[in-house]
Amino acid sequence: MSSRTVILGRIREALVDAPPTPVTVPREYRVDRTLPDAERIDLLIDRLEDYDARVYRCDTAHLPAMLARVLTDAGARRVGVPTGLDESWLADFGGEVVVDGTDIPAPDLEDLDAVVTGSAVTCAETGTIFLDAGPDQGRRALTLVPDVHVCVVTVDSVEVGVPEALARLVPERPTTLVSGPSATVDIELERVQGVHGPRHLHVVLVDQAPPRTPS
Amino acid sequence: MTAVGLGLPGFPPRAPDGVGFLRGTESFPEAAHHELANPQLRRNIAKATHTIREKRLRVTGELPDWQALRDTGSAVKVDTLNRLPELLEQFEAAVVARGGVVHWAADAIEADAIVTELVEATGSREVIKVKSMATQEIGLNEHLESVGIRAYETDLAELIVQLGHDKPSHILVPAIHRNRSEIREIFLNEMDGVDPNLDDDPQHLAAASRKFLRHKFMTVPVAVSGANFGIAETGTLGVVESEGNGRMCLTLPQTLITVMGIEKIIPRFADLEVFLQLLPRSSTGERMNPYTSMWTGVTPGDGPQNFHVVLLDNGRTAALADAIGRQALKCIRCSACLNVCPVYEQTGGHAYGSTYPGPIGAVLTPQLTGMTGKDDPNASLPFASSLCGACFDACPVEIDIPSLLIELRHQKVEHTGFGPEAAAMRAASIAMSSATRFALAQKAAGLGRLVAGKKGTISTLPPPLSGWTDARDIPAPPRQTFRQWWKSAEGRAAIAEARAEASS
Ligand code: SF4
Repeated sequence: MSSRTVILGRIREALVDAPPTPVTVPREYRVDRTLPDAERIDLLIDRLEDYDARVYRCDTAHLPAMLARVLTDAGARRVGVPTGLDESWLADFGGEVVVDGTDIPAPDLEDLDAVVTGSAVTCAETGTIFLDAGPDQGRRALTLVPDVHVCVVTVDSVEVGVPEALARLVPERPTTLVSGPSATVDIELERVQGVHGPRHLHVVLVDQAPPRTPS
Repeated sequence: MTAVGLGLPGFPPRAPDGVGFLRGTESFPEAAHHELANPQLRRNIAKATHTIREKRLRVTGELPDWQALRDTGSAVKVDTLNRLPELLEQFEAAVVARGGVVHWAADAIEADAIVTELVEATGSREVIKVKSMATQEIGLNEHLESVGIRAYETDLAELIVQLGHDKPSHILVPAIHRNRSEIREIFLNEMDGVDPNLDDDPQHLAAASRKFLRHKFMTVPVAVSGANFGIAETGTLGVVESEGNGRMCLTLPQTLITVMGIEKIIPRFADLEVFLQLLPRSSTGERMNPYTSMWTGVTPGDGPQNFHVVLLDNGRTAALADAIGRQALKCIRCSACLNVCPVYEQTGGHAYGSTYPGPIGAVLTPQLTGMTGKDDPNASLPFASSLCGACFDACPVEIDIPSLLIELRHQKVEHTGFGPEAAAMRAASIAMSSATRFALAQKAAGLGRLVAGKKGTISTLPPPLSGWTDARDIPAPPRQTFRQWWKSAEGRAAIAEARAEASS
């Protein structure tokens, strides 16, 4: 008998010998929350900064200038991008732009100073950015191996809480939730930033309209 | 009385002895005595548990619907266990449909063999590993070592434990018993290519591990992980972590092997909205952990192109066969119950002798292994508690650990008689007596949850209360209605009397 049959048989017997008490799952927690843009974004910025991400704001028209500034300030000269990133985003950047491809071995990504991507959806309440390997985000290795991740988040992709953000995902896509840069508390519970993932997370929040508060 | 599975016909087998890490060599009281003699350990653990506890209270207090989330989390896990066969089959079909391969392992021996064969098929003599309790439970690293395959733990704490030839002492922060200077020593002695001038700054220690493991991440072609959840509806697996070592292992190698206990299933993708709120806040006291990875089978051009999941029983069906004990299978391994436990705080994790320490370990371990006789170290675990109830209050999935402990004490007494548990109780009380913060009132709060024999009376209490029960028996509360008893006039009177006599 296969172990599959054995285990499923054991479970079925266990549930016959000790019959389960039927349960109705209550769903009283908050879902479908909304907040006006300003409040949602303020909440997000508070949470991102709490986890040591650097946050910048601009409108669409100023995004290329903003990205060029962020990359230059981070000392990045060689920057990786996924295949589907809007080319105009890096129009103002003076360094080298490398478009990722599946033929590039992951270890080669170590030669990149930084990576610039978009994002799928973001949860304000926890400061969590969801990457779902969409064309503007690329394969998972791209946002993992380089030491600096510059991530563009559009205001309309920011949801209030975890349920609202998750509802926008396609389950089968490889998905990475990022809340601040890599960190550990394994040594005497002291938070140390940057272990294996990117040590620096820069988030550029993009409004359609000019920002309400100067960045 | 529910079935206890000590050789009863038809009862599912327990985890086999002699493989993996579910049973220590000495009883909890004996082990606790060594650990209690180590003041450094107790300082480290006290600092860690208090820090995480405060963070947890802060971030759970932020959510006005925290209790509603707990209620849902608990009910989802009960529902999962109630429908486990169909959900496992659904999960399997979904993984297979996305190009993954599903294996079933009845016990640790089979799981070790499956993983070994899969690693050997890749031709690699090395594997990189993400922190995983299931693989610790089955002793995978040691098994791989025995056939000449080297497993590298990549979580910083697990690496410290591995290089220190040590055992984890906490679910979340396994090296919490080590301080920075000890960690520096371990790195200097055991880490290939380490800078001999390494100091004990945690920043520098973490950087040393980054450097040490970077090359492994880039070159080792096979990784082994655990999983925090497996979603039946979609076949999606999830790993929750902080450092990015998980992402490395789950993304860069060609082959990924995930070992997951059969109870880690959740029914629907949308259920994540509950567990992704409950787990990080209960575990590290963060609103969200830095990284969570979710993947479904194989994605062409992104991540491992060979994916295997090993579904592990190893005594879980035995726990499931116990109507009361099965609650322990709801556990999402957040470690909140460890951080609030006054006994754990005094003894640390090693005293439990199992991969699963603390309150959850005290109820899960004996169920996975069974309690094989009065000399079985695991038979002492249900007594490694003061029954103060803090674990129940902290548990994000509302596992009533105190009632489970009582139930297991009943089972222990019914099957092996009185004996070592008296000593075990004493150990818990020794641990307690050095916890000066804990007022007697808190100890007394656990009075009703003590050993009761078949005659339904409590005849043994830990010192300093044992003298009291020598003289008379007090009625035991009915096993499943402790809370009612506690609130009753009779319960209040019994506790008040015990408290008065113990303090006189
Ligand atoms: S028993 Fe509850 S509190 Fe303890 S580790 Fe499991 S889920 Fe967390």
